[in-house]
Amino acid sequence: MIPALLPSTPPTSPVIPLGPWVEAFIEFLTETLGWFFGGLRAAFGGLYDVVDLALAAPPFWAVIAVVTLLGLYLRGWLFAAGSALGLVLIVLLGQWGNAMDTLALVLVASAIAIIVSVPLGILAARSGTASAVIKPILDFMQTMPAFVYLIPALILFRVGVVPGIVATIIFAMAPGVRMTELGIRGVDKEVVEAAHAFGSSPARILRQIQLPLAMPTILAGINQVIMLSLSMVVIAGMVGAGGLGGQVVASLNRIDVALGFEAGLSVVILAIILDRLTAALGRPRTKLFRRTPAPDAAADAPARAAEPVAA
Amino acid sequence: MSDNPYPAVPTAPAVRAAALYKAFGRKPLDTVARLRAGAERGSLPAEQTAAVIDATFEVKRGEIFVVMGLSGSGKSTLIRMLNGLLAPTSGTVEVAGTTITGLAPKQLRAVRRQSVSMVFQHFALLPHRTVIDNVAYGLEVQGVPLEERRARANTIIGIVGLAGWEDKLPAQLSGGMQQRVGLARALAADTDILLMDEAFSALDPLIRREMQEQLVELQAELGKTIIFITHDLNEAMFLGDRIAVMRDGRIVQIGTPEEILTDPANDYVAQFVQDVDRARVLTASSVMEPARAIVSLSAGPRAALRTMRDLQTSAAYVLGNGRTLLGVVRDRDVIRQVKNRETDLSLVVRHDLSAVDADTNLSDLVEASVESDLPLAVVDSRTRLLGVIPRVTLLAALGNVSSHTGEVPVMIDPPATIPVDVVTETLLATGGPTEPADAALEGSLR
Repeated sequence: MIPALLPSTPPTSPVIPLGPWVEAFIEFLTETLGWFFGGLRAAFGGLYDVVDLALAAPPFWAVIAVVTLLGLYLRGWLFAAGSALGLVLIVLLGQWGNAMDTLALVLVASAIAIIVSVPLGILAARSGTASAVIKPILDFMQTMPAFVYLIPALILFRVGVVPGIVATIIFAMAPGVRMTELGIRGVDKEVVEAAHAFGSSPARILRQIQLPLAMPTILAGINQVIMLSLSMVVIAGMVGAGGLGGQVVASLNRIDVALGFEAGLSVVILAIILDRLTAALGRPRTKLFRRTPAPDAAADAPARAAEPVAA
Repeated sequence: MSDNPYPAVPTAPAVRAAALYKAFGRKPLDTVARLRAGAERGSLPAEQTAAVIDATFEVKRGEIFVVMGLSGSGKSTLIRMLNGLLAPTSGTVEVAGTTITGLAPKQLRAVRRQSVSMVFQHFALLPHRTVIDNVAYGLEVQGVPLEERRARANTIIGIVGLAGWEDKLPAQLSGGMQQRVGLARALAADTDILLMDEAFSALDPLIRREMQEQLVELQAELGKTIIFITHDLNEAMFLGDRIAVMRDGRIVQIGTPEEILTDPANDYVAQFVQDVDRARVLTASSVMEPARAIVSLSAGPRAALRTMRDLQTSAAYVLGNGRTLLGVVRDRDVIRQVKNRETDLSLVVRHDLSAVDADTNLSDLVEASVESDLPLAVVDSRTRLLGVIPRVTLLAALGNVSSHTGEVPVMIDPPATIPVDVVTETLLATGGPTEPADAALEGSLR
């Protein structure tokens, strides 16, 4: 009797119009908040232009010199030499301009993601309710296929670099929030209690105790944000963000193995340099603790970046 | 602090806790209502926990008040209610006359900055700051300028014996030194009240002993009010002016160490204290017995001899005006005096006796007791005789055997060296009244 009431096959088109509802919502956003998204587009676009100019305008050897010096300061001569070689290789492959475009996109998207995610992480660490609300949203943002973000981003921000930046921010910010929360919650409870016992205000405790002590974990989160941003550049290339991502998309369309490999290799080089530089930020550089080489191998950096972060 | 909104009321006790309850879990107020109605901690539903039940006490200014109990007895919860780190479910806490229960967070922080600092079991130092910046932390929170707080921190670092370590990080210090930093941080904050939560429990026994002694010295020097939490009875007995014993969230007894030891409120406390190192807690005055072989100097040799005969002892303490202990007389000397019809007892008084102060610990009496053939004389600061401690009494006190067992014959210490009938004969032969001398002796001593 009951089986008779049920259809013999599951429906192939949606019975609940969830998709159309979201579509209607995006339409509603475009109509009523167009000015807001216009402003956002101008701001992100402007920011990108400034960073891109700063990277692309100077001669390539000057940029290579700066990165090499940074590597020397943060990690040592071996890494500095490796970075210089890698960057020279990008130049010789003829991908320097594209690489700088991509770097600018990654830097802008990462910076915005960090600015948003660290305060969210602090909020989540201080309030159980906030944490309970933020966690499922982060899960959603991180597991929803990244291409899906591109569709509304395209509608709201039109073709260009900005939808790429926005999709990258949404995809990449989760580890920033998670690692900030984890770091602050991991600060010794008795130390925080001691600060309370001496009459410190919560803001002072956050500034003087929780953030400094959580900093290695927060920086590890920031490192992950940057790596996830880099893993999004190819997807951003599909909506016209240009750079190395644009090259990869073009090579895919033309089945151009040579170009695809050259652009892909340039992404790998950028990824390794960025990963190792930002990872070195998280290690204390005082006389007390000697710097130790990073335990992970350089070659798996891009692969690792694409994996969801276990928080 | 001129901006202190809560000036200390000079007459108020340092801390007063009135009917404090702290319940965790679901419906804490309901838990308190059940407890008030007579429920025991064990009979509460599983989702309700009572940490502190009906705690009422006062801590006087300048005393070391020890809260002692096993883990889970609620002592850590109790101490955290005294500075508002935990809000009581019911009851009130007063700090230096200010009720802190129900204060706004900002005002509560002001009370903590100005009146109460704390030392933690696991030190809770700021790992990213140097020793001097850790010590200066309380002053920093109070808003003291950098130069001044460094100077004051330096002084305190010297007091706790950490000079030369100012610029080290906590991780570079041993446990004992880290806790000195913790103590210095609390002292530097310059509050009248110090809360110490199992402050020495994480330290090695030798270091712990050293820290305890240092704390007592510092307290005598600085006159802080200290509330000390511990699970170690010996520590409680050593440090405490008064001790509150907690069990299952309730305070079962409050008293001086000697009161707790000699007059436990119930079997739990009695069982708890049976293993305590009594030699370090009990003092001469708590175990001494009334001195019986005593004669007044003015009573003369005949009265002295008769007293010794009656008590069958070979020596008697000689007292001057106002019960001042002058020395001791021996039966051989006195009987010679009586035979020679001399009347000045002072000629035979010996001054080589062992007199000890009433506050001396039993552990310090053992040697004196071994070396002296007389019971130890216990005197006060004006050398008035308060009592005596025969060797047997000392042993009984150390072994926790009651020395007041009623009709058991009291040991004669030291035993007579001259037979009783010889003494009686001598007294009769030399004539004079025998009985009224007793009255004279009694009268002169009162």
